[in-house]
Amino acid sequence: MSLLEIKNLTVEFRTANGPFRAVDSVDMTVTAGELVAIVGESGSGKSVSMLAMMGLLPWTANITADKMEFDGKDLLRMSPKERRKIIGKDVSMIFQEPMSSLNPCYTVGFQIKEVLRQHTDLTRAERQARAVELMEQVGIPDPAKRLNVFPHQLSGGMSQRVMIAMALACKPKLLIADEPTTALDVTIQAQILDLLIDLQKTEGMALILITHDMGVVAETVERVNVQYAGQRVEQQEVNALFSNPHHPYTAALLAALPERATGRHLPTIPGVVPGQFDRPQGCLFSPRCEFADDHCRTKPPVAAGPELGKALCHRPLQQGVPQDQKEVSA
Amino acid sequence: MSAPILSATDLRRHFEVKSGLFGGTNTVRALDGASFELVPGRTLAVVGESGCGKSTLANLVTMIDTPTSGTFTIDGQDIQPGDELKDKVLRAKVQIVFQNPYGSLNPRQTIGKILMEPLLLNRPEISAEERERRAREMVELVGLRPEHFNRYPHMFSGGQRQRIAVARALMLEPEILVLDEPVSALDLSIQSQVLNLLTDLQDKFNLAYLFISHDLSVVRHFADDVIVMYLGKPVEQGAKDEVFENPRHPYTKALLSATPMADPARRQERIKLEGELPSPLNVPVGCAFNPRCWKATEECRNKRPDMSDGSHRFACFHPENGDN
Repeated sequence: MSLLEIKNLTVEFRTANGPFRAVDSVDMTVTAGELVAIVGESGSGKSVSMLAMMGLLPWTANITADKMEFDGKDLLRMSPKERRKIIGKDVSMIFQEPMSSLNPCYTVGFQIKEVLRQHTDLTRAERQARAVELMEQVGIPDPAKRLNVFPHQLSGGMSQRVMIAMALACKPKLLIADEPTTALDVTIQAQILDLLIDLQKTEGMALILITHDMGVVAETVERVNVQYAGQRVEQQEVNALFSNPHHPYTAALLAALPERATGRHLPTIPGVVPGQFDRPQGCLFSPRCEFADDHCRTKPPVAAGPELGKALCHRPLQQGVPQDQKEVSA
Repeated sequence: MSAPILSATDLRRHFEVKSGLFGGTNTVRALDGASFELVPGRTLAVVGESGCGKSTLANLVTMIDTPTSGTFTIDGQDIQPGDELKDKVLRAKVQIVFQNPYGSLNPRQTIGKILMEPLLLNRPEISAEERERRAREMVELVGLRPEHFNRYPHMFSGGQRQRIAVARALMLEPEILVLDEPVSALDLSIQSQVLNLLTDLQDKFNLAYLFISHDLSVVRHFADDVIVMYLGKPVEQGAKDEVFENPRHPYTKALLSATPMADPARRQERIKLEGELPSPLNVPVGCAFNPRCWKATEECRNKRPDMSDGSHRFACFHPENGDN
């Protein structure tokens, strides 16, 4: 049974200039203990879709979905009070910037123990013991002493570990890591990723990794969702995605990686991600796609079958060659 | 290979910091002895973790800051701190592109104004029409459209802004361009556009690039020569292929193995570095890398290794011998 099931999630923000669709009919399923990545450029709606699931979006957001279930509980019809019992306990999130996500007014120990106070009925001494244990688990030296420091006394890598310790405090079934390593140096990044994978293995926790770094994706996860301009354009196993991408956007993105370059010039994707006012008709990627034809520019595509990575494309690629998708009869 | 446009010998920059009210002063060795050359048409990349002195190096080369000791020459001319007149001439030869294109452009100036300002300040003899002509030429050169000339920075995307920053740096026809993490704030699809632009401009104007980055896959694609820095000291330097294919310093090797490769078939065994970068206030005795190094011996803990000679130099007592 799937741990998290999202069907047809759409998030629209009310802005002064009319509604802005940040997430556009995204589906997602995660089974227990699975490692999934959501990849996309900025503005592709990868963070917003997860924040919507967590109920952390401001009131200007209008969230609709056919189905949004976590562990058999319907998140759509849940009251905020009930939701708060799950958030931070069974689902938790590591945010992007460790330096600004911790409260500078409280010690890190207080902030870790606050989670435990809310969600468990441990006594004060037990909470202290658990906090020390967590700090040890995430690799912070001298944990008992470090519980009493304030966030500004810690380096970026240490703050990120504290964030992870907070997220792990109640042994969540699902951990969402929103760009957990972007602000960090590569050697620290390697440490943090190893830590997350270890935890996923030992605790059987499912992990959703939100990132834009293809290298991190290739080295850590099992399954990848590629998002573009709020839509999920492709979903594949990680090996297959890198060797045989089906959506032209994924293919172009992989070709643009510096380590795949052969000549002095890198292959590029012309143009930019569409914004609020220049969303194209038809396929959202069509203005930048090298294979696009008139059909792509006028009619929005339907997702292909699972054998083609559910690519949201009229002519999904097979080994780099566009295939004419059989018109869906009827 | 043509003659170097800039050569630096044993460049150092130390900062004095007070430790507490009654404590004495401490010295932060932000940059502790770097020697390198910049050659027209070539790119020298400086890589390392945060706090290794990359940006201090950029500030010295652009003459924003003056070195504590060591010398460097641009075009054969010595840089003397305080020589205002000569500084001004030489400063025009070195320009910089900053990391964050959202912070480095004045939001109240139009693109045209931003581009014309360097000329207004440094070449007052040029007439207003000529200034505008050159700025408009530059707008097209960096791949923006003519109608962008009168727009403001907020109307542009990150990639376009970085193009504007590059255009501004090129207005004074510099010979050296310092690129301080020019693409790290950009999305992958935009990153490649800007890198290609930089490659084209280098070919066109025969520019020498000092490319500062922590992204090794970008460096591998873009650079000709590489310096790897650790805690203010270069630990390895040489031609890109030699450093990447045959790293001799354990730190270089660890850094390379920690960089994720976008190829799931090649999941490699990472060399796990224990701990974090020590504070530059409190640099370990001996080799600065010894507390995190898996090969450290007594010798490493007591003596500082010197840089070896040759084209591929490294500072280590127990270098890696190639592919093991």
